[in-house]
Amino acid sequence: MSEPAGGEPAERRAARAASWLGTFLDGLVVPGSALLVSALLFGLFVALAGQSPLDVYEQMYRGAFGTWFSLQNSLQRAAPLMLTGLCTALPARLGLVVIGGEGALYVGGVAAAAVASSLTGASPYAVLSAMALSSMLLGALWVGAAGALRAKRGVNETISSLLLSYIGIAICNHLIEGPLRDPQSLNKPSTLHIGDANMLGSLPGLDVHYGLLYGVIACLLAWLLMDHSVFGFAARIVGGNPRAARLSGLSVPKLLISVCALAGAAAGLAGMLEVAAVHGKANASLVAGYGYTGILVAFLARHSPLAMMPVALLLGGISASGGLLQRSFGLPDATVSVLQGILFVVILASESYRGKVTVFSRLLSSKGAAS
Amino acid sequence: MSDLTTLGAWGVPLAVLGGALRVSAPFLFVSLGECLTEKSGRVNLGLEGTLVLGAMGGYGVSYLTGSAWLGVAAAGALGALFGALHGFLCGRPRVNDIAVGIALMLLGIGLSFFLGKPLIQPTAPRLPAFSLGFWSDVPQVQSNLQVNVLLVIGVLLAPLLRYGLKNTRWGLIVRTVGESAEAARAMGYDVNRVRLLATVAGGVLAGIGGSFLSLFYPGSWNEGLSSGQGLMAVALVIFARWDPMRCLYASLLFGGASALGPALQSVGVTSGYYLFNAAPYALTLVIMVLSSSATKQSADLPMELTVAR
Repeated sequence: MSEPAGGEPAERRAARAASWLGTFLDGLVVPGSALLVSALLFGLFVALAGQSPLDVYEQMYRGAFGTWFSLQNSLQRAAPLMLTGLCTALPARLGLVVIGGEGALYVGGVAAAAVASSLTGASPYAVLSAMALSSMLLGALWVGAAGALRAKRGVNETISSLLLSYIGIAICNHLIEGPLRDPQSLNKPSTLHIGDANMLGSLPGLDVHYGLLYGVIACLLAWLLMDHSVFGFAARIVGGNPRAARLSGLSVPKLLISVCALAGAAAGLAGMLEVAAVHGKANASLVAGYGYTGILVAFLARHSPLAMMPVALLLGGISASGGLLQRSFGLPDATVSVLQGILFVVILASESYRGKVTVFSRLLSSKGAAS
Repeated sequence: MSDLTTLGAWGVPLAVLGGALRVSAPFLFVSLGECLTEKSGRVNLGLEGTLVLGAMGGYGVSYLTGSAWLGVAAAGALGALFGALHGFLCGRPRVNDIAVGIALMLLGIGLSFFLGKPLIQPTAPRLPAFSLGFWSDVPQVQSNLQVNVLLVIGVLLAPLLRYGLKNTRWGLIVRTVGESAEAARAMGYDVNRVRLLATVAGGVLAGIGGSFLSLFYPGSWNEGLSSGQGLMAVALVIFARWDPMRCLYASLLFGGASALGPALQSVGVTSGYYLFNAAPYALTLVIMVLSSSATKQSADLPMELTVAR
C-alpha cells in the first residue's frame, strides 16, 4: 500500500494533490465569475443598443473560434498580444504599472523595417535576426527609459511610459514621412518594403505566421524567468516590499531597469512581427491598439505569463470578431473597445474577492479527510 | 487656422498666446479636478476617458437640445457618473487606483466612440466667446485673442479652489483625508465617502473640460479629439505641486506648447510637424523629471497618494 521508508504515504500525496486542485479551482472562480458578469453587462449594453445579446454573442463566437478561418485569425491576433501583454505584466511583478506598449511596438517595428531596408542582399535569416534584435533593442530602450526614470528620479512610471509612448509614435511618424520614406508610397507614407523573401512565413499546416511561436516562446521564457529563476525571485521581492529588497542587498534600480528593458524588448518584438509577418513595411497602421489591449491581457491574466497565452487568444478572438459584428449588426468597431473596457473594470472590481473563495478547497479537503 | 504670414515674425508668438488662451481650458479644468481628487489621496487616471466622454456627451446634448450650455451641464453630469464609478471601485479593498484609472480611461474612450458615431457629421451649437483683441483692427489678432466664457470660469475657479482648500472646513477635511487616513478616521470622517465626493467633483470638472473641446475649440466631435490631454493634466498636477493656482499657470504653459505645432505650420514651417506636435508631451516629461526626486518627497505631497510614492 504505502512506502513510508522511501517516500510519502499515498494518502498524504493524494491529500496534497487535492489541496492543490482545490486552490487552483478556487483561483478560477473569481475571474470566471468576472467574465460572466462582464458578459451580462455587455449583453445589457448591446440590448440597449437595439440588438439581441444572444445573436451578438453567437456571431462573436463564430467570428472568433467558430470556423477554422476565424480560429486562425484569432491566433494570428493573439501573437502580438502575448508580447505586448508581457510589456505590462513583467514590470507589474515588480509593482510597476507600465502602459507604454503601443509606442514601444511602433518604435520596434520602424527600427526593424529600417534595418531590413539597409541590409539588401543578405540572406533572409540574417535579415530577420537583425530585425528582431534591433526591434528588441529599441523597445528595450524605450520602456527601459521609463524604468530608469523611476529608479533614478522617482518619476511615476505609468505617466512616463505613456508620455514616452506618445513621443515615440510622433518620432516614428516623423521618420516615416521623412528620412525613411519609401518614395513610391504616396497615399500612405511607409518605409520601404522589406522584400517578399524576408517575410516571415506561416507555421506548417496553418495559415498563421511564425509570430505565434515567438509569442508562445516569449511567454514560456518569461514564466521560467519570473517564477523559476533567482532573477525572477529577486524581482518579485522588489514587487512585494522594496525596502526589504534593498535591506537584503538587492540592487533595486538595476532590477527595475532590466525588467522594464525586457518588457520593452517584448513589445518591440511585437512590432517586428507586425512588420515582418503582416505588413511587410512600417507605417501608421502599426498603431492598431495592440499595446493598449496588451494592458488588458496582462491584468486579465493577473500578470502570469502562462495565463497570458489563453487570455491573449480570448482577446484576439474578441477583436477578430469585431469585423463580423460590424457587418452583421451594423455595430461600430468601438463595440469591441466597450467590451474590453467592461471586462477590465469588472476584473479589477473582482480583485476585492480574491482569496475569499474557498469552496473547492473545502470540498476537496473534506473528501480527502473522509477517505 | 488664420493665416499668420501677414504678421511676419509676430505671427508665431501671437498664435502661441492664442493657443494658451484657447487650448488651456481643458487642461485647466481637468487639472483642477485632479488636484482636488489627489488632495483627498486618490489618483484618477481615468480623467482622459472622462474628458472624451464629456466631449461626446456635451456635443450630443447640445445638438439635441440646441443649447450649448445644456451640453456643458450634461458633460459635467457624465463626468460625475464616471468619477463616482472610479470612487466606488477604488473604495473596495485591494483595488489598485492606477489600474482602475487606466480601465476607466479605456472604457470611457470606447463608450464615447461607440455612442458618438452619429455625432461626427452634424454640427451643434457652440459656446459663445469674446475677443480680448478688440483694440486691434487686424483680424488675426482678434481671432487669436478670443477667450471663451468657460476659460474665464476656470480662471476664477482656480483661486476659489485654493481658498476653499486652505481656509474652509471642507477643504480641511479633504486635506486630512489625503494626508493621513488614520487621522481622518480618528476624527470620525468616512474616508471613502470624502474621497468618493472629491473624485466625483473632479469628474464633473473633467467632463466640463471635455465639453470645451467639442463645443468651442476644435468645436466638433471626432475620434481624434483628445490626444492624451487628460493624462498630461494629471502630470501637470504633480508639476504644480498640488496647488490650484500653479495648475492655472501650468495649464496656460501647456496650452501654449500645444499651439506651437499648428502655429509654426501656419507660417509655413511644415517639416517636423509631428515633432512639434509632440512638444507638450516632451515638455510634460521634462518637468516631471525635474520635479521628481528619487530620495526626497515634495513637501506638498499628500501622503496618502500612491502615484508619487
